[in-house]
Amino acid sequence: MITALWIMIALAALLGMILGYASIRFRVEGNPLAEKIDAVLPQTQCGQCGYPGCKPYADAIAKGEADINLCPPGGEEGIHKLAELLGVEFKPFGEDAQPKPKAVAFIDEQTCIGCTLCIQACPVDAIAGAAKQMHTIIAAECTGCELCVPPCPVDCISMLPIEEKLTNWKWRYPVYELRQTS
Amino acid sequence: MSKLHSFHGGIHPPTHKKESTQSPIMTAPLPAQLIIPFRQHAGEAAKPVVQVGERVLKGQLIGEPVGAISSSIHAPTSGTITAIELQQVAHPSALPDLCATLVPDGLDEWGVRQPLSYRQLSSVELQKHLRRCGIVGMGGAVFPSDMKLSHPVVVNTLIINGAECEPYITCDDMLMRERAEGIVRGIEILRHALGTDAVLIGIEDNKPQAIAAMQRAIDESSHPFKVVVVPTLYPGGSAKHLIKVLTGVEVPSGKLPTDVGVQCFNVATAYTVHRAVEHGEALVSRVVTVTGNVEHARNYEALIGTPFSDLVALSLPKADTDRYIMGGPMMGVELPAVNVPLVKASNCVIAASDALFPPQPPAMPCIRCTRCAQACPAELQPQDLYWFAQSDNFGKALEYDLFDCIECGACAYVCPSSIPLVQYYRYAKSEIRARDLEKRAADLARERHDFRQFRIEREKQEKAERLAQKERAAAEAKAAAAAVAAATPADPDADTDDTQQIRIDAALARAKEQAAAATPKNTETLTPEQRAEIEAIEARRAKIHDLAADAGADDEPPKNSQGN
Ligand code: SF4
Ligand code: SF4
Ligand code: SF4
Ligand code: SF4
Repeated sequence: MITALWIMIALAALLGMILGYASIRFRVEGNPLAEKIDAVLPQTQCGQCGYPGCKPYADAIAKGEADINLCPPGGEEGIHKLAELLGVEFKPFGEDAQPKPKAVAFIDEQTCIGCTLCIQACPVDAIAGAAKQMHTIIAAECTGCELCVPPCPVDCISMLPIEEKLTNWKWRYPVYELRQTS
Repeated sequence: MSKLHSFHGGIHPPTHKKESTQSPIMTAPLPAQLIIPFRQHAGEAAKPVVQVGERVLKGQLIGEPVGAISSSIHAPTSGTITAIELQQVAHPSALPDLCATLVPDGLDEWGVRQPLSYRQLSSVELQKHLRRCGIVGMGGAVFPSDMKLSHPVVVNTLIINGAECEPYITCDDMLMRERAEGIVRGIEILRHALGTDAVLIGIEDNKPQAIAAMQRAIDESSHPFKVVVVPTLYPGGSAKHLIKVLTGVEVPSGKLPTDVGVQCFNVATAYTVHRAVEHGEALVSRVVTVTGNVEHARNYEALIGTPFSDLVALSLPKADTDRYIMGGPMMGVELPAVNVPLVKASNCVIAASDALFPPQPPAMPCIRCTRCAQACPAELQPQDLYWFAQSDNFGKALEYDLFDCIECGACAYVCPSSIPLVQYYRYAKSEIRARDLEKRAADLARERHDFRQFRIEREKQEKAERLAQKERAAAEAKAAAAAVAAATPADPDADTDDTQQIRIDAALARAKEQAAAATPKNTETLTPEQRAEIEAIEARRAKIHDLAADAGADDEPPKNSQGN
């Protein structure tokens, strides 16, 4: 009887220790709400919201420091998502933050002098190249944030709107002409 | 006769099949030029492997598959490739796609053809051959047939789809009437590759001649295939619904037929498989119905790439024809222009006029009569899907299984309010797909951004460590030198002063070392030029940040305003 009791106590102590250790070792970092907000942000990392990236903006919203209508790349759709997530009213974009059509950066390879300034600016490492060599944008990874455009000393980066092709074409919202009835 | 099952809903639109079954399949004459798109199948477009100006032979590979889901494209006749460029294709968007232009030399000279005796071949070898020959599903979905033969689970029933349920279309009907033997041989090849025992061929009861021809061919071949006559009911030719009718098995939402041990091929696909394996012929032509508002509705065997205008001209369109539909009247799409080329998916082209297809009356509000739900073969609630799609409530539309909708149009056909329901579903589906892609791109960007942050942090730490190490080494050297200096003189007064100085020096060095370790600043050891450069970069950074912050306000992207 006594041995059984001791075994149980020892087991409880051991398991308690394991649990205690696990809660320290595997503690969930960060704020779950901020992470949920970050998940609906477009991850363009452009800083147009006034924060140095999507995650800091998400943190600011989570803390209640920032409005939900500051991210132009997310579009109105993005504001709707944030409003839904946070249970607040939809808020239209301000005058100075209007969404633009999606684009990718393009480097004029004749003009590029290989200064690496754009590489340092790109938040998602979407520019390939080394010092004094021509640089190229990896279009599939470019988020269209435009951060690489101002640093270029020879002005060789332009933003090209994404063209509609068969592979990204979408069916339009049905629009019908109403016929006159006589 | 096995027991037939039934599916929910379905409609009985007028079939209009008589018109185009009065005359046999006619081989269309060689057109003046062929336009061959490199994207004629589901998946990645093929990559051109010929040069402009090159002479090609009939059946020669001109586009090779790219990636897992893709197929080959071949020259439909011998001649010269005169262009490889963007051209308009049969797509509702009217957007151009990459095509090769081939001017035939009139010889119709075949390249190397490699017939195989399939009984010695494994399924994998057959799949490779079909991929090389560009064989895809001819029923309209144009999914590469080799992919449908490679399946991880056991398939015990092969279903051959000869239902052809959509009005006006008769190409499969005519093919079965005239080329049943080839179809049966093709079915045997597919059965061999899949390793199944049971083969069921489903044909709707409005095609008695096709049923008789197929039965005769099966009897002659002595294969144990079974022709099953199914009642005419649209959309009974949809793969999932034919499977339900023939076997009673329902393919669950989001699953493939192979998941329930069934695979389904179209009769025309079986025929092309026979040509590819037993004659070594690549897929370079198909049977297509030309019907509707024309004098001579009939079926043509036409080369892939033949402009529709050539085919339509053979059938003499009536004067009031003002548009053309590729596919049937229920699921087809309007052609952006009549001179776009025939592709592997083109089973039918219908000349249309307002007299034949009266314009839809204006749409009225939904009265929630649920007739659409009664007609829907996918057992959906079309009135709810419509409501969610038109209000962009895509999450709800997904919840109501929007992607189970086969876009058959049965709901729109019965809707008393004439709401173009399918167009709303197509819109919602493509929006959802696009958003899905965007979401994936955003996840990738987040990952790359996080990795970059991590990399920058790591580089900073490494730099700080290197610097601290350097400082430590310098301090140690200094301390050692001081110790040597302290050991040499013997004057006791001077000694105290000196030792004090050494202590002070050592303490300073330690403090410096600690400071270096705590705030990693590598500015002490830099040259003035380097300092100037750092300042310039910092200024630029601040500027970029400002610019980026108000870029939304500018009409045009911020230019290189700070110059250099
Ligand atoms: S504005 Fe740019 S950085 Fe800010 S949340 Fe939107 S995409 Fe991210
Ligand atoms: S390439 Fe330029 S526009 Fe594209 S993500 Fe990088 S910095 Fe932004
Ligand atoms: S058939 Fe038309 S009107 Fe009736 S419930 Fe369906 S969508 Fe509404
Ligand atoms: S189009 Fe879709 S919703 Fe309408 S009946 Fe067909 S499967 Fe059902």
